[in-house]
Amino acid sequence: MSTPHETSSPRTHGLLAEFVDSDALLRAAQALTDKGYRKVEAYSSIPIEGLAEALNYRWSWVPPVVFVGGVTGATLGFSMQYIISVILYPLNIGGRPPNSWPLFIPVTFECTILFAAFSGVLGMLAMNGLPRLHHPLFGVPQFAKASTDGYFIEVEAIDPLFDLDATRKLLEELHAKEVVHVPAS
Amino acid sequence: MSGHPTSAGGPAVLSRDPAVTGQFEADTQQVSEIVLTKGIKPGMIAAFAIAFSIVQLLLVSIAWLLIKGTGIWGLNVPVAWGFAIVNFVWWIGIGHAGTLISAILLLFRQEWRTSISRFSEAMTLFAVACAGLFPLFHVGRPWFAYWLFPYPNTMAVWPQFRSPLLWDVFAVSTYASVSLAFWYVGLIPDLATLRDRAKNRAGQMIFAITSLGWIGSSRHWRRYTDVYLLLAGLATPLVLSVHTIVSFDFAISQVPGWHATIFPPYFVAGAIFSGFAMVLTLVIPIRAIYKLENFFTDWHLDCMAKVMLASGLVVGYGYILEHFAAWYSEHPAEIFMLFNRMFGPYWWSYWALMLCNIAIPQLLWSRWVRGNVYMLFFISIVINIGMWLERFVIVITSLHRDFIPGSWGMYYPTFWDWSMYIGTMGLFCTLLFIFLRVLPMISIFEMRELAHHKAKHEENH
Repeated sequence: MSTPHETSSPRTHGLLAEFVDSDALLRAAQALTDKGYRKVEAYSSIPIEGLAEALNYRWSWVPPVVFVGGVTGATLGFSMQYIISVILYPLNIGGRPPNSWPLFIPVTFECTILFAAFSGVLGMLAMNGLPRLHHPLFGVPQFAKASTDGYFIEVEAIDPLFDLDATRKLLEELHAKEVVHVPAS
Repeated sequence: MSGHPTSAGGPAVLSRDPAVTGQFEADTQQVSEIVLTKGIKPGMIAAFAIAFSIVQLLLVSIAWLLIKGTGIWGLNVPVAWGFAIVNFVWWIGIGHAGTLISAILLLFRQEWRTSISRFSEAMTLFAVACAGLFPLFHVGRPWFAYWLFPYPNTMAVWPQFRSPLLWDVFAVSTYASVSLAFWYVGLIPDLATLRDRAKNRAGQMIFAITSLGWIGSSRHWRRYTDVYLLLAGLATPLVLSVHTIVSFDFAISQVPGWHATIFPPYFVAGAIFSGFAMVLTLVIPIRAIYKLENFFTDWHLDCMAKVMLASGLVVGYGYILEHFAAWYSEHPAEIFMLFNRMFGPYWWSYWALMLCNIAIPQLLWSRWVRGNVYMLFFISIVINIGMWLERFVIVITSLHRDFIPGSWGMYYPTFWDWSMYIGTMGLFCTLLFIFLRVLPMISIFEMRELAHHKAKHEENH
């Protein structure tokens, strides 16, 4: 894991705060961003609209990756058929020209979808840093709720503003139900 | 009309967030306990045993086929496309409803898709697996099936890209891969839920590995929802293209009864028709066995029945246009094909088809029929049979008497034709039973999202 900041104890990954509902979570995320915190991450069992934006994540690279994958698939699919049917193995099928491109469209289309879909899935996993075997939060017993009905925010110790006592106080002021210490592991 | 699952009402609290009211916990518990804590019912073991023994029939059929060759089937000239193609198209068509429910209805924001989407996607995968077996073994020497793909080889031979049969190779393999990816991506958050709720070490480890370390962070969710929506957008034209290409297998040829431009939309509508029938056939018993009436409500069955009725009418239009095109073509072979279908040696299949696909589904106009699970189950079975007959009529009656009377012949399926067909049904049910036990059959995170969305909506009013 990343090196902890000097203002925190070396065994700290961050502070985890649980919130009662999604509105409280959104408000707290926005407040932390407004205070200047940057190494903040929110966790929930459902996607919550506006949460990533409240944490200053505005631009997702997934759509461009899918687009580039699709264009690559289309190009590869068509050129494969062109090279095979025109250069490597020209066949006279019912008098059609070697480059009978209208008949190459179905396979080109399938290759487009295949490449776009798989670049999207693999790109999403890669950008999310998955698969990943362990995360310090998995060491916190309370965090097991995050995949059912818990709403959590973790302020990581590497944030320059992080201070064990001041950050804990701030999270409590933001109506956290509970604030727990996340040990680095 | 109870449109959404009702679970623990919860005490009167200020926040209506489902996390506070306990609905998240209740829904998650109800779906995950089927996998994690509930025991196996003796009835399910018996059903699994029956399905698994039918898989043995499939294995014997395949083994005998590999020993003797495709001659053990009833195939011969002129009917060289017998049950193999009939069953292939039937299974692929069934699979299409899964993609329709999970992708197309997602794009249209149809809330009723949420509880049935996971289950129907699984149905898609298993149906495509069954479908793929038929062309694979129909090629005669399946150990050379990789010859279908373009790869540099010592024979210096390449595939012929002007053939719809080769398009099929690309369409079906892309469809299977993308459906699998879409299904797995949808499963990741639920596998993480199961990981956190599993009590025994083995379950925790298996779900931890398969959930890929999903943690539910807001940035992860953002990329996740982006890719999920894009996959739905990609799967939508994909599913239409797959059955269009399957119909090209017929329409590109010049055989009477096949060479028609109505084939692509008519095949796609038929796929949706049979797929929804199969979803109903499966959902009705499963919701009774697992007590999931609050997820698969009568409203869901009603929606599916309406889609079935609508797509059935499109199929009916396809039949009418087939007859019109034959008459309008003034081509003797086309006109003869039509009379041969109605009054030739296979007349029974034509009239049974009209009864199953056109006449009986009209009962769905009645609200009482759509609300009666026994009637719905009966009609769904009838449509499954009807759609199989449709492919039988198209393949067999067109091929057995074409242009030259001297080349006419009859087609009689053998025991091995039937055993392989019934065997794939056993394979389908076996895979389905395993799925129901080891993975959440309802998308838990999407159910939570729906509950959250509804609670927000109510708060704002």
